[in-house]
Amino acid sequence: MESLETIKARAEAAVPGAQLAIVRNDSPSTQHSLLVDNAHAFAVAQFLRDDPQLRLDYCSNATGVDWPDRVEKTKTKVKKLVDGVEKEVEETTEKQIPGCLEAVYHLYSMSLKHGPVILRMRTANRTDQARLSSLTPLWRGAEFQEREIFDLYGIVFDSHPDLRRILMWDEFKDFPMRKDYAEPDDYEYEPTPHDDEVEKSKKHHPQPEVKA
Amino acid sequence: MSPATEAPPRSYELLPKSAHDGSPLDGDLLEVSMGPQHPSTHGVFRMDVVLDGERVVKLKPVFGYLHRNHEKIAENTSYLGSMPYTDRLDYFCSLTNNWAYALAVEKLAGLAVPERAEYIRVITAELTRLVNHTCLIGFLLQDMGALGTPLMYAFREREKALDLIESLTGARMMCNYMRFGGCRCDLPAGWIEQAKRVVEGHPRFLDEFEALLSENEILIARTHGVGVLPKELAVNASITGPMLRASGVNYDIRKVDRYGIYDRFEFKIPLGEHGDVFDRYMIRLLEMRESLKILRKALDDIPAGPIVDPKAKLRGFRPKPGEAYGRIEGPKGELGFYLISDGSPNPYRYRVRPPSLINLTVLEDMCLGLTVADVVIILGSVDIVLGEVDR
Repeated sequence: MESLETIKARAEAAVPGAQLAIVRNDSPSTQHSLLVDNAHAFAVAQFLRDDPQLRLDYCSNATGVDWPDRVEKTKTKVKKLVDGVEKEVEETTEKQIPGCLEAVYHLYSMSLKHGPVILRMRTANRTDQARLSSLTPLWRGAEFQEREIFDLYGIVFDSHPDLRRILMWDEFKDFPMRKDYAEPDDYEYEPTPHDDEVEKSKKHHPQPEVKA
Repeated sequence: MSPATEAPPRSYELLPKSAHDGSPLDGDLLEVSMGPQHPSTHGVFRMDVVLDGERVVKLKPVFGYLHRNHEKIAENTSYLGSMPYTDRLDYFCSLTNNWAYALAVEKLAGLAVPERAEYIRVITAELTRLVNHTCLIGFLLQDMGALGTPLMYAFREREKALDLIESLTGARMMCNYMRFGGCRCDLPAGWIEQAKRVVEGHPRFLDEFEALLSENEILIARTHGVGVLPKELAVNASITGPMLRASGVNYDIRKVDRYGIYDRFEFKIPLGEHGDVFDRYMIRLLEMRESLKILRKALDDIPAGPIVDPKAKLRGFRPKPGEAYGRIEGPKGELGFYLISDGSPNPYRYRVRPPSLINLTVLEDMCLGLTVADVVIILGSVDIVLGEVDR
């Protein structure tokens, strides 16, 4: 298979305006990936699928990754005058890095038997703009997996044919695979009118004091 | 190219809403909830089926009854800590689950596997394939109404392989056997001879099974042309494993990736022609015969030596930051593990690519227009284990 650099160059030529970047992977697996901007993700994915040299007709794995907001601290040594004497002082600067949700697709070719090409898409933020374009119209194999990403990470996939929760129940509110997810005390707690009645009735029957 | 792009958007509302919603009531259609507590669904799995008479008009699988967020649990424990938990994904094939996870971690951390361990892995994985396919055809025939007997014949054979696995790993099903860069313990004395006896005995079972069943009139009537899965749809919907090959697509990861030492073995990939339930049944029988070839060669060739990479650490195992996707040809299809490391002892992201779940994508397409009895055997021929579907 051709290198990721040539795939990137050819995809940029085929899809005008697409902004692609290569995400390096320094682990021994050396599986580098291709980061694509949201507006052109669908067109780039379609190019990857239909291009005669790539023919990535098989979307093996689709998954989400959560990157919460984080603060990057960098320490720099600065020379400063302290009480008239020049000294080296360590200064820490804090940089806010906004978080995002990421969808990762592992694409292979069944006809040409090569792969993987790893495609990544990132949402603008983790709250109100957690939207990506769905690749299910291209690969139906992504249908359940994108539903699962929606269910567990909360990425909304536009033009997905059936975006519902898949593993959690429909009334569930939160997104359990996010890093900042806090477990509820009682998963199935639902406030009912009955609770108030029980509280009221307890007042009529005060609990006997337990003597030690 | 693919039919998926041109097809009109499908409606996922099940029934036309009945009269209490104000819309007209369609008296001809019946919505049936098959499962979750039903023996033919092979676990806690439900299908919402809309029937017109006895014909299926719509079918929606419903998941999640066995969901315990395996991935989150694994992200909160060490790399080795989730090795025993991978057994519980597809509890028929814990050894292949172990291997897929070990393979992904080995890619992530750059560990080598000694030769003897590679052989043990191939032997155990192919034994697992025998166990899985043997059980599956038993269950499939049970779904077709051959109550009990074929399943018990299959379980008798499975028991022999499970005895081997038990004497090697200490457990029949929850093996927890592979380690990063090797295996947990060496083969006990006399194990290879015992394994050879089991391997030599297995073709007898297959011959018997085929003579009794494969040309059986009822089996042919129930399976020929039922649940046809076209080639293009199978590829587009990421179907893998025997189900894909029954549709005639030549794609076996043992041949494509040549992970482990599969390049040293000669074996064929059986392919189906029609993609119906009968092809899926036959593919499993033929694959078992190919597995037996691999097993014979591996049991003859296995060298002596260490079984674990001395560089691999059990404690304080922290791979460098990065990511890796490792996949193997499990008995049910492509089983993949996607890991992201941030340099800490726990994986930052741990993802299982479950073949059982993804193979269900086309369940509706295969069942439309057929009867409820066909739905049961089509689901049986997909080969799902709910521990893996719901995770």
